[in-house]
Amino acid sequence: MLKAFMARLRQGYRTGTFPSTPPVLPDRFAGRPEVFPEKVSDEARSICPVEAISENGRIDLGRCIFCGKCAKVCPEGIRFTDEYRLGAFSHDALTVPGVEPWQESSNPELRKLCGKSFKIRQVSAGGCAACELDFNVLNTLAWDIGRFGIQVVASPRHADALLVTGPVSDNMRLALEKSYNAMPKPSFVIAGGACAISGGLYREGTTAGGVESVLPVDMYVPGCPPHPAVMLEALLRLIAYR
Amino acid sequence: MKNFLELKNCSAVKLNDLPVLPFADFRQTLIDSVGNENLRIAAFFPLQKSSDRYLCAVLVDAAHRCLRCALSGSGDKFPSLTPEAPAFHWFERELFERYNMEPYGHPWLKPIRKADGDYFTMEGDAVNEVAVGPVHAGVIEPGHFRFQCMGEKVYSLEISLGYQSRGVEKLLEGKFSSKTLPLFESAAGDTAAAAATGASSLIEALTGTQISQRASQIRAVMIELERVANHTGDLGALAGDVAYLPTASFCGRIRGEYLNMTAEICGNRFGRNCIMPGGVRYDIEPERCKKLLKHLERVNPELKHALDLMFDSPTVLDRFENTGSVSPETARSIGLVGTAGRASGLKMDLRHELPAGFYETAAPKQAPGGNGDVLSRAKVRYNEIFASLEFIGTTLQNLAEGSVYTPVSAPLQTDSIAFALTEAWRGELCQIMVTDAQGDIAQCRIVDPSFHNWFGLAMALRNEEISNFPICNKSFNLSYCGHDL
Repeated sequence: MLKAFMARLRQGYRTGTFPSTPPVLPDRFAGRPEVFPEKVSDEARSICPVEAISENGRIDLGRCIFCGKCAKVCPEGIRFTDEYRLGAFSHDALTVPGVEPWQESSNPELRKLCGKSFKIRQVSAGGCAACELDFNVLNTLAWDIGRFGIQVVASPRHADALLVTGPVSDNMRLALEKSYNAMPKPSFVIAGGACAISGGLYREGTTAGGVESVLPVDMYVPGCPPHPAVMLEALLRLIAYR
Repeated sequence: MKNFLELKNCSAVKLNDLPVLPFADFRQTLIDSVGNENLRIAAFFPLQKSSDRYLCAVLVDAAHRCLRCALSGSGDKFPSLTPEAPAFHWFERELFERYNMEPYGHPWLKPIRKADGDYFTMEGDAVNEVAVGPVHAGVIEPGHFRFQCMGEKVYSLEISLGYQSRGVEKLLEGKFSSKTLPLFESAAGDTAAAAATGASSLIEALTGTQISQRASQIRAVMIELERVANHTGDLGALAGDVAYLPTASFCGRIRGEYLNMTAEICGNRFGRNCIMPGGVRYDIEPERCKKLLKHLERVNPELKHALDLMFDSPTVLDRFENTGSVSPETARSIGLVGTAGRASGLKMDLRHELPAGFYETAAPKQAPGGNGDVLSRAKVRYNEIFASLEFIGTTLQNLAEGSVYTPVSAPLQTDSIAFALTEAWRGELCQIMVTDAQGDIAQCRIVDPSFHNWFGLAMALRNEEISNFPICNKSFNLSYCGHDL
């Protein structure tokens, strides 16, 4: 027992200082891109593995896997920044250039309903495990989402929100619908990662091509997978944490 | 085994160069070889060559440090290999489910990627059945588990998968494009570095591209960082499952440190979008290298401290020891690979047996095996972590000079097949690419280590307390998406 106490002393206090200070991100981190539509080349459009760049040179962050291939072939039209506030309440705020997602206000009903306690049930529906793993990280002491009143619960019956990852594989569709129906209403749905928002790389696979074709979505969190800081910032905005 | 073609790992051959054997010879050779100490099955699948369909078998021949491959025209029905060589059982179920081929004599040709509602059941007044999933209590992937129990004791566990199936192999067919690597990387998202290295090797073999030593060193560093991060997470999770919270908490944080080192190299914590045909996209410049070494120097002792604390705790050891045992005989006969195989005393590690890339020059020390219980699987991870950390440190200190990218100029060789086997953190990952007459991708095959190992978990649970399922499961920590594809 004494050993465990000593170990605790040696390992130290490790919970990060976000959100009071900005998150520490690696210098090669690819966040929200800066896009100049008129300068986006055809090559950039055609090299995109997920067809995220439209004819008029705008990027759909719901599809983007942040691989940076477009910026490499077209640096004058696209540049990835370290802006990590990517979570959006509407489709409009997923398009760049367009509405900046952090300018949107969250659903006021949610704050009223949940107060300072927000319970999430996660369902993986055809994901590759990366989204699940980096969401799980928020439960470690490095991020400790319990501080914000957010808790991951085992049953959908205890949940305020469903966090769905993956493109919704055909084989998971029924289980996802059942999980949603088991939640007390009103309930909220968060689509985490490119697959859940748009089907991502698996739009043309044996999937539903994203959560929206199955359930109504209240928040979209882009990324492949979303960095824990991206997910946490989005959740805090969703619950209007102050 | 002489009738099978000898191949180097990460190489390509023309489809016409593969020997086509009479089915009886093909079958007998496979039965005689698999289960032998130095031979194991890596892939077993139908291959389309012009208008004919053949069965293709790929074996790892550890004694001769090579791959072995041959084809055979089996027809749609053929006598199953499983009764004599159980390592084929999962492959044959796949053949039946996906290609309508019938290996008759197989004990149960149940689909592996679709829940068909048909489960093995036990009968009797005291029997109770426990069904779990596909949606599990934690933040993990979906799968269905059926336990047949009497009281607390599990007599049988049936694992029913397929919920993550999204058609990866099918989506890979067609032109080689900017989608190809991301699809390979996301086959199992926690194994991206190993998958991207293997997939890039396939393209390099099919185009005759030689990559620089520096690039192959960076790839190896990323694969080993991936191993360390995942093993750290697994050991922390094992601690959590026996309620030893200090190590669980420490490891949760420390795993993140290693993911952040990967992100330091390429911007993505899972190592995505970095390894590509021709080399790697990002260099580790001297400044970055220094920073990484410093980071390692700080975190490695913290990890060792956190893990030693757990392995020094009698209450933890009591729960791990003799729990969920898979004997070496069982492990060999069902074809376990990777950490689980090594923990059951099988000597196998592709980094030593079929080294490719930088592993031809150097490889982390092999971890000593064990007797197949949860403790062995934990200890193999522990030893692999520190062997890998030493390797990462040495490699970073000795990065070769030069560029990290060689342009891939040639088109894919036509009518060919390329093989890449990589020791990913869970075990051997086999990737195969077949090209057509136009040099497009006609077929891709991914055999994740979990494909071989899921049945091992079912075996580990036999005669075990159902309450030990979580630690048995964590000690394997297999991939659902890598299996389901």
